[in-house]
Amino acid sequence: MTLDARIPEGPIAGKWRRWLDDHKLVGPRNRPSHRVIVVGTGLAGASAAASLGAQGFKVDSFCFHDSPRRAHSIAAQGGINAAKDFANEGDAVQRLFYDTIKGGDFRSREANVWRLAQVSTNIIDQATAQGVPFNREYGGQLATRSFGGVLVKRTFYTRGQTGQQLLLGAYQALQHQVAEGNVTVHNRHEMLDVVLVDGVARGIIARNLITGAIERHAADCVVIASGGYSNAFYLSTNAMGSNATAAWKATKKGAYFANPCYTQIHPTCIPQSGEYQSKLTLMSESLRNDGRIWVPRDPDEQREPQDIPEEERYYFLEERYPAFGNLAPRDIASRAAKVVCDDGLGVGGTKRGVYLDFRDEIERQGRDAIEGKYLNLFQMYERITGDSPFEKPMMIYPAPHYTMGGLWVDYELQTTVQGLFAIGEANFSDHGANRLGASALMQALADGYFIAPHTVMHYLATQRKKPLDTEHEAFVEAEQGVRSQIDRLMSAQGTKSPQAIHREVGAIMLDKCGMLRTREGLLEAIEQIREIRARFWDEVRVDGSAEEFNPTLEYAGRLADFIELSELMCEDALRREESCGGHFRGEHETEDGEALRHDDEFAVVTAWQYPEDGLDAGAFEPHDEPLVFNEVKLATRSYK
Amino acid sequence: MNFQLEIWRQDSRDAPGHFETKHVEDVDPEASFLEMLDTLNEDLVAKGGRTVAFDSDCREGICGTCALTINGMPHGPNQVTTCQTYMRDFEDGSTITVEPFRNNAFPAVRDLAVDRSALDRIIQAGGYVSVTTGPQPDPNSQPVTPEVHQTVMDAAICIGCGACVAACPNGAAMLFTGAKVTHLNNLPQGQPERDERSRNMVLQMDEEGFGGCTNYGECARVCPQDIGIDVIGMLNREYRRSSRTKKKTHPKKMVAQ
Repeated sequence: MTLDARIPEGPIAGKWRRWLDDHKLVGPRNRPSHRVIVVGTGLAGASAAASLGAQGFKVDSFCFHDSPRRAHSIAAQGGINAAKDFANEGDAVQRLFYDTIKGGDFRSREANVWRLAQVSTNIIDQATAQGVPFNREYGGQLATRSFGGVLVKRTFYTRGQTGQQLLLGAYQALQHQVAEGNVTVHNRHEMLDVVLVDGVARGIIARNLITGAIERHAADCVVIASGGYSNAFYLSTNAMGSNATAAWKATKKGAYFANPCYTQIHPTCIPQSGEYQSKLTLMSESLRNDGRIWVPRDPDEQREPQDIPEEERYYFLEERYPAFGNLAPRDIASRAAKVVCDDGLGVGGTKRGVYLDFRDEIERQGRDAIEGKYLNLFQMYERITGDSPFEKPMMIYPAPHYTMGGLWVDYELQTTVQGLFAIGEANFSDHGANRLGASALMQALADGYFIAPHTVMHYLATQRKKPLDTEHEAFVEAEQGVRSQIDRLMSAQGTKSPQAIHREVGAIMLDKCGMLRTREGLLEAIEQIREIRARFWDEVRVDGSAEEFNPTLEYAGRLADFIELSELMCEDALRREESCGGHFRGEHETEDGEALRHDDEFAVVTAWQYPEDGLDAGAFEPHDEPLVFNEVKLATRSYK
Repeated sequence: MNFQLEIWRQDSRDAPGHFETKHVEDVDPEASFLEMLDTLNEDLVAKGGRTVAFDSDCREGICGTCALTINGMPHGPNQVTTCQTYMRDFEDGSTITVEPFRNNAFPAVRDLAVDRSALDRIIQAGGYVSVTTGPQPDPNSQPVTPEVHQTVMDAAICIGCGACVAACPNGAAMLFTGAKVTHLNNLPQGQPERDERSRNMVLQMDEEGFGGCTNYGECARVCPQDIGIDVIGMLNREYRRSSRTKKKTHPKKMVAQ
């Protein structure tokens, strides 16, 4: 099968407008007869469901949380980019487009990124109209700031809670449509399979998480907005419940999964303090502006960090990257921290941490100045660790944060399965091999408010749908599949909790498919993950019953999918014989230790097909979509 | 550290509940309260026991999912979310009582998990601005001063956890509702529906069976986002204002469940 992204012809700036001019519409009076299922209620899912409901379609919105407002988009801190040029810097669509393509290390689709930059400006207007309280200047105008190493101030924010306020805006729009009778929210429901009738997505099987009932839901099309898969690493900045199950069930039904190896690791998180730890907390990257990163030169150092003299401290970023020093880009800073910890120089209880020291800047600028900039972050750090960064250097370590890979979609955000759409972090998206700061919120809302509602309507207008009831054999079959997996989990006779097994997988992934990947390590990882997959069903134990609220059962099901996905992440990392963006292969670096791309061979999106007879009988099959660059010249970055 | 836990166990909404004693040993003081429960559950799975069900998600204090009453206090002793409560906050060897958030409008799901969809229905009754997706005015055409922004944002940061409800002797949801009314009614975008919003949200609070405020102030005392009781004053003012307007509205009442 060739992957056709179906990009409209003509000059890039007019592609989306032309697509909109040509697309088919469903008349307002016919819209209520169409049902659309949206899985997930984060920024992408909530905004899509609300927008489709407002157009007049009947929408069933699903989330596994107790309320749609809990989705993990809520935790995004920094801001949202838009090419509005409020700061009078000559910023424009072209510039945001270029920054995003370059930030993605030239591994994203030009036409999609251009459209993203175009609609970015509408998002700010839409959110403000909903009552999202963006920060304001003294005159009452919207404030912007510079973020993530770009040269313009195009990031809009609401204090440090931009994701929360944007999500609440989308959630309130969703609740408005619930009140209008256009949207039904199925909270505490988990999608466990997508139902295909004659190869076309026509519904889902969902489990009511309170009663355990397995439900069939039919629709004219299905939109997946279930977020990313950073939790494959066990410890990440994602929420406990964030999972890849909806996307993975779609993959097993024939949707291709693209670029799974593109994961973003964030350098400034609070390190793990012990085995019991369940998640990692992100600290704003802005801390690196005034903090110096170091480790003791002596691996057996016993002294408190503040007692270690200057000459015995190894400021590894400053030494290795003198020009950028502690402000080196995310992936470089992350990898350097991993390398010093692998060399045994790490600090903290688990020896996987490095110091971020504010001593010098406190001396130079005064305590008040540092307090003014970082007080809330310092307090948050102290709340979590019990140590004050004024007294003792912070400890930080990189943590998996965002996944650029996801379900392959064409220009209309449709997967390789007809009638199945994927939006937000769940698709392989517009970020290429790495995502710029403040771009995740932009992409999720662009998909949800301004792209999917049109492409879904176009799809519905071009299909002649036969009425379908949930007694159809496709539903019966899918439900049986779901029931048999649940039965298999409930009857497993092991002794390990899903959490314990997840921890094993995560350790392998973080070590071998994290910041630094090598052929040898990846081959080992694939072996180890296969071995875990083989014993998972004997080792796991799920307590309670399937007919009640059972978090252990939910976890076990999600873990089974993470194990398979982890293997694919390693396969993809192995096949991509180059370094680019968040994917760094030890074999492919320049003499200076920089990422070395191979554009002649790997300027492609790799979309993987799940073997029809299952993983035991077959292997994932890769399909390449070539990336064509007409608007930008491929360049190599340097931060020396 | 070692603790004795008195944990509320309840199989389902209609089943009777009871306290069960559990002992946890060698707990790291740096572990969070929920990680302590994770460890207990892992142990229970390994030994063939029945795990303790509880809700949590982001574990960084912003999603509002976690909802335990610890030693009688919603979220625990420190006015932060349950997930940001650490074992070092407790005395070694002590007994800790763990219950769900308690309120008539929050029916039990299992053990420590409850159903807070009543709060969603209050939002459905009017906690939004009725704009649909499409071209909107330039944000700078409706300036908001930093002072108004401050008032709005201090209320808009509500995470919808429901601790205020659980702490209130009257079981009132007025801090929650007041926060949303303070957020939207102070903004220029919120003006057209200002009165309907206050009226309908208050009606829905009553419909769900929440009580009324009598100024105990327990809500603000436990609010992890530090939302002040002044939002209730604002809610009362706005409700009074709305009851003076004669405009007929179509009451959008959600059915309490």
